[in-house]
Amino acid sequence: MKATLITGRTIKQGMVLESKDSTMYTDANAICEFDPDDMKKFKVSEGDTVEVCSEDGAVFVRAVKSLQSPHKNIIFIPMGPWANQVTSPKTDSVGMPSFKGIPVSVELAKDKKVLTYPELLKQSYGK
Amino acid sequence: MEKHTDVICPFCGTLCDDIEVHVEKGRVMEALNACKLGNAKFMSMNKKHRHLVPMVREGDGFVETTIEDAVERVARMLLDAKRPLLYGWATTECEAQSVGIELAEEVGGVVDSCASVCHGPSVLAIQDVGFPSVTLGEVKNRADLDIYWGSNPMHAHPRHMSRYSRYPRGYFRERGQQDRTVIVIDVRRTDTAGIADKFLQVSPGDDYELVNAFRTLLNDGDIPDEVAGVAKKDIEGALELMKTCQFGMLFFGVGLTMSPGKHRNIDNAISLVIDLNKYTKFSLMPMRGHYNVTGFSEVLTWQSGFPFGVDYTRGYPQYNPGETTSVELLSRGEVDAVFVVGSDPAANFPKKAVEHLAKIPSAVIEPHETPTTYLCDLKIPSAIAGIEVAGTAYRMDNVPIRVRKIMDPPAGLYSDREILKMILEKVREIKNGA
Repeated sequence: MKATLITGRTIKQGMVLESKDSTMYTDANAICEFDPDDMKKFKVSEGDTVEVCSEDGAVFVRAVKSLQSPHKNIIFIPMGPWANQVTSPKTDSVGMPSFKGIPVSVELAKDKKVLTYPELLKQSYGK
Repeated sequence: MEKHTDVICPFCGTLCDDIEVHVEKGRVMEALNACKLGNAKFMSMNKKHRHLVPMVREGDGFVETTIEDAVERVARMLLDAKRPLLYGWATTECEAQSVGIELAEEVGGVVDSCASVCHGPSVLAIQDVGFPSVTLGEVKNRADLDIYWGSNPMHAHPRHMSRYSRYPRGYFRERGQQDRTVIVIDVRRTDTAGIADKFLQVSPGDDYELVNAFRTLLNDGDIPDEVAGVAKKDIEGALELMKTCQFGMLFFGVGLTMSPGKHRNIDNAISLVIDLNKYTKFSLMPMRGHYNVTGFSEVLTWQSGFPFGVDYTRGYPQYNPGETTSVELLSRGEVDAVFVVGSDPAANFPKKAVEHLAKIPSAVIEPHETPTTYLCDLKIPSAIAGIEVAGTAYRMDNVPIRVRKIMDPPAGLYSDREILKMILEKVREIKNGA
């Protein structure tokens, strides 16, 4: 599935800013919100692992039915280390990376694991 | 039990000033009036596990060290670097920010804040075309039309609508909600759109076109039947509300600054507000995220003349966003040490920038465990500004508010301001050959 990715604040993501060392942080952030019609069309179910790929990277996240739909062909990942595996560092020379409006492809990856942030950081940055 | 009234919530740029916090035996029992975000921050004070001493990386793990050793390590890291980056600042008070900027000047580094990845483009647009300022008090008492564009306050600023726009009774808006109209413009039908009177769903990346459509109609031009995914009749309907209101307000979020067009979207939105002022009173305001990101721009402007992304490498302040801002500096490998205060760039920067951050020497002052403390070489825990430390913060409308101290920090923890002062003194001591 080809889609446009936007990232940003959700209330659940904001509520765990002081508890990033808990599993709540992964639960709130390592997700991808889909339009319900897109989920039917592409046979994605709530809780499935999906792989989101952009020209800057790829990440496994958990599919979630969006409560803020419709947004056909738009997927949403809360701001955080998972989203930023695929956001673009291009700033158009103004300092601001492209956190919204990123062309991505999404594939079902039911047998893959969604990483916690220490696992994700270890894999991406070797620390 | 101690009851603290009129406590300022140190979470988002709304800086709600009516929180009542109940504290008993050093534990927060309740945070009345706070939203879910503010409540989570106050209740996080009861977390059992909190680092109380600095930790330095050794092999694959961290070992404890003293505050004196940590301060010296940061001072030497900053002095050894050719071009250190001092980043963050949005979740601490202005007095600490002021010392941090002095430190950046002393070590010849680059000082930048979260503004460069949230409303930096808004600042660039304001520098291009100006800005009609207004306070939230005026909005509450006067505005009869509020537009949220690329902003979802139900998630990011949960009490903004109840305190200032959708619901409150004001001096000229005695009936509250019945006297007010709300328009939401977004790429998704957000929860905020759910309680708006009118919703325009713009196609992603086409906000600039939609602003232009409004301006074209305002200036007697004509537009196609559909612009940016929005039907002409809906654009005309929204524009009629804007032209005929008594006091209109455009609140814009990072939906505009982070989308294609970036600062040009804001430039155009300000120009729309200028055009609307031919018909009625209209103003606009950025929906600032962290509670004191506005304050940092104020303090940095007093001290250097510029609001973010200031480079002191040559001994005097230089400001060139795109060159002296954090994401470019890290992505291009143009800094050789990073010092983070009150922020989490490892979580919130694109991967390419974090890759460089993970390679170079780094230190962070931060009360909690975060991806940045996980990747850094040295972490210094601090007292939490706005709860354990008093100071000044700026609300999103540039109104300074004194944030309160409601409880003592655990023994041995220093405030950001105290730690930064120690580092600054140590830097001067080393430079003077002591």
